[in-house]
Amino acid sequence: MVKVEFLGPIGKETIEIEAATLSDVAKRLKEESDLAEWLDKCAVAVNDTMVSDLATRLNEGDKVSILPPVCGG
Amino acid sequence: MELYDGPLDVKEIFGRWLDEQAASNYGAYIPFVGTIRAEDGIEALSFDIYEPVLKAWFDSWQEKAKARGAVVKMAHSIGDVPVHTSSYVSAVFSPKRRVALELIEEFVEDFKANAPIWKYDVKEGKRIYAADRSTPMDGSGLLA
Repeated sequence: MVKVEFLGPIGKETIEIEAATLSDVAKRLKEESDLAEWLDKCAVAVNDTMVSDLATRLNEGDKVSILPPVCGG
Repeated sequence: MELYDGPLDVKEIFGRWLDEQAASNYGAYIPFVGTIRAEDGIEALSFDIYEPVLKAWFDSWQEKAKARGAVVKMAHSIGDVPVHTSSYVSAVFSPKRRVALELIEEFVEDFKANAPIWKYDVKEGKRIYAADRSTPMDGSGLLA
């Protein structure tokens, strides 16, 4: 199982899913209707490192973070 | 990198940074202050921060600055920050002014684009996500 957490304004509870790669996470999250407005503008971190490849391998206990659009300052 | 609950004590932070670098032989110190403006009927802005990724982002900027002989600093607020107070300060120290002037611009602009911080307007005590002023981070849309 990997943990998927939704940061900032997304306002969704952390979920645990079976996923071997980020591609599996994408497939699973597309089934969640409350994420439809978010996924195309969110960045992704695995274990707190930003990632840019859907083939990224995931291991048991990994943390995937979903980061919506930012505005610091 | 320093994070505080509520508004920043700007004078204390800038004074302390100045004291810390007093003997470092930097010729230029360029501070930047972000102050909350009263507009659109807001009482305050409010901030969420994802600290692990913010720290990684800031560490990468310290490395970039170091490669140019400079030092970058920043402090940011978490939670509510009333109008006319400050939520963000940053600074660059460098041996000569040109590097500091260039770095402060690059650093502050990349901060706006890629620091994992979420902003909310506070109106009548309610937090409203500042969606129209927010920017997708580099690499967004990966899962879409």
